[in-house]
Amino acid sequence: MMENLHISKRGLEKWLTQMIEADMHVFGPVHTSEKVDFQRLTSSEEVATDYVQTTQSVKRFAFPKAEVLFSYQKNGKETTLEEPDLKQIPETVLWKVRPCDVAGFAPLSGIFNWDYTDKFYNARREKLILISFSCTTCDEACFCTSVHGGPGNTAGSDIQITELPDGSVLVEVLTEKGSSIVKRFVTESEPAGEWVKENYLADVPVRFNREELHQKLATAFDSSVWKEQSERCLGCGVCAFVCPTCACFDIQEDAKGSSGRRIRCWDSCGFSLFTLHTSGHNPRTTQSARWRQRILHKFSYMPDRLNQTGCTGCGRCSRACPVDMNILEHLTSIANHG
Amino acid sequence: MDEMSTNIYLPHLMVIEKITNEAPGVKTFRLKFKDEQEGEAFQFKAGQFGEYSAFGEGESTFCIASSPTRKGYIECTFRQAGRVTTGLSKLEEGNTIGFRGPFGNTFPMEEWKGKNILFVAGGIALPPMRCVIWNALDTRENFKNITIVYGAKSVNDLVYKEELKEWDERPDVNLITTVDPGGETPDWKGKVGFVPSVLEAVAPDSENTIAVVCGPPIMIKFTFPVLEKLGFKDENIYTTLENRMKCGVGKCGRCNVGKLYVCKDGPVFTKAQLNDLPPEY
Repeated sequence: MMENLHISKRGLEKWLTQMIEADMHVFGPVHTSEKVDFQRLTSSEEVATDYVQTTQSVKRFAFPKAEVLFSYQKNGKETTLEEPDLKQIPETVLWKVRPCDVAGFAPLSGIFNWDYTDKFYNARREKLILISFSCTTCDEACFCTSVHGGPGNTAGSDIQITELPDGSVLVEVLTEKGSSIVKRFVTESEPAGEWVKENYLADVPVRFNREELHQKLATAFDSSVWKEQSERCLGCGVCAFVCPTCACFDIQEDAKGSSGRRIRCWDSCGFSLFTLHTSGHNPRTTQSARWRQRILHKFSYMPDRLNQTGCTGCGRCSRACPVDMNILEHLTSIANHG
Repeated sequence: MDEMSTNIYLPHLMVIEKITNEAPGVKTFRLKFKDEQEGEAFQFKAGQFGEYSAFGEGESTFCIASSPTRKGYIECTFRQAGRVTTGLSKLEEGNTIGFRGPFGNTFPMEEWKGKNILFVAGGIALPPMRCVIWNALDTRENFKNITIVYGAKSVNDLVYKEELKEWDERPDVNLITTVDPGGETPDWKGKVGFVPSVLEAVAPDSENTIAVVCGPPIMIKFTFPVLEKLGFKDENIYTTLENRMKCGVGKCGRCNVGKLYVCKDGPVFTKAQLNDLPPEY
């Protein structure tokens, strides 16, 4: 394992084409109207090139927006339950994932396994083969290097590919899973030799120190920054929906007559109904309290509890926010000024 | 089934063996496991809760209101307030419901041996305490004085009316019941007044005493200072938090308060522990 290969542009296309033609479930970034998002690939030409980041993260491949936990059938006074067959989940290749999206699976695995194990998440996660592409470009929303990531971070990837200026690529084979994919589908390659990957990576400046931020947050609960920062927050929840690590969910009933399904679906601590009791009592009545929860959960509670940071610096929440709530600016301001 | 293959969201099927109407809109279900083996393997301790399913409506969180000393069944008491509790209210004896649990931590009753216990409850918050009360009464030799101060809006709103009578008649229980001013009936023999002020008048001894307090947030807020006045230390005052929950197993994020999850680290907390938490419950 841990071999490094050099593959030509043509060889790379051939690799992808062979996986697609072998009828594997291969998902990659595809241009759709104004967005780039992961879709099942039908040809290597579909893969988007001119973009920094997909609109949605890839968390849905292990934690779908909505998924059936069981179905029920009522028959008079009796009820029978049926579980979904998780063995049907196909092996899925995620092609051209960004390192910050791969990094999102570590906190997700933390949440879904820290005590009780969640077999739905684990069954899907185990079937993923993560072929990441390091970042050769970035934008002003990116801050992976401030949360212990980086444009060439290989942690969690099965294979990482770095695009070189001449169109050829450097391939780092990182795990058994990655190795078996390379053995099966890579027909044209040579040992990587003297390529220095770092020379081709985007320059993502470190904007704040994660440990410093963690220390400041330990005493920041009553700070006035939460109100100041969240004044324009609409509570729309888009930040949670595009986030690669947000895992809060709701459980809902999808009932039709005497049968139905219990479904888990994405939720957000930014919604006013999230914590509302049936009695009308709500522990977080204001949007500023909900914004505080978002930041403290990711950067204070999760590190304390799970030894994970609930953020990979992908910048999606800042790009998606309709009122320009820029998480990087807010975190930098807390880390630097308290 | 090994742990990895367990579906933590799949309920046990339970049969409603008995329904008791406690107060307007308030019912108690006695539940039995449909699968006898599941029933025999089931164990819980005082303070733990469950997720109860009305299939077609969803799940609601209630404590287990019966005592672990009473084997072969569990009970829950709920008020019809939302979609799920309305769905549950429509069910009849013999119907099937779902149950996931037991979840959460427990009252450390082993540590309370040799002490007095003071129970202070308001309204629909007697159920979580009823489990502890019966547990204490069924192992009566372990504890000294047992005092129960229980209040509701009106006489009709008092739950477990039969058991209140039983406790009242027992020489080894000091029961004080009260109803809010205006909630009394002509033949009401209990007190009239809010729980905190009745508690202050009763003035139980705080020496070697554990206080267990459950009630609506407003009652808790005014009861804590009274206990402090009576000399109770924060580490000897226990309560259960009732944050909104969905999963019950520390994942859905809803009951997160500070770095704790009420469903995992609670629902039982001492006042000393609450002092260190952000006020988000």
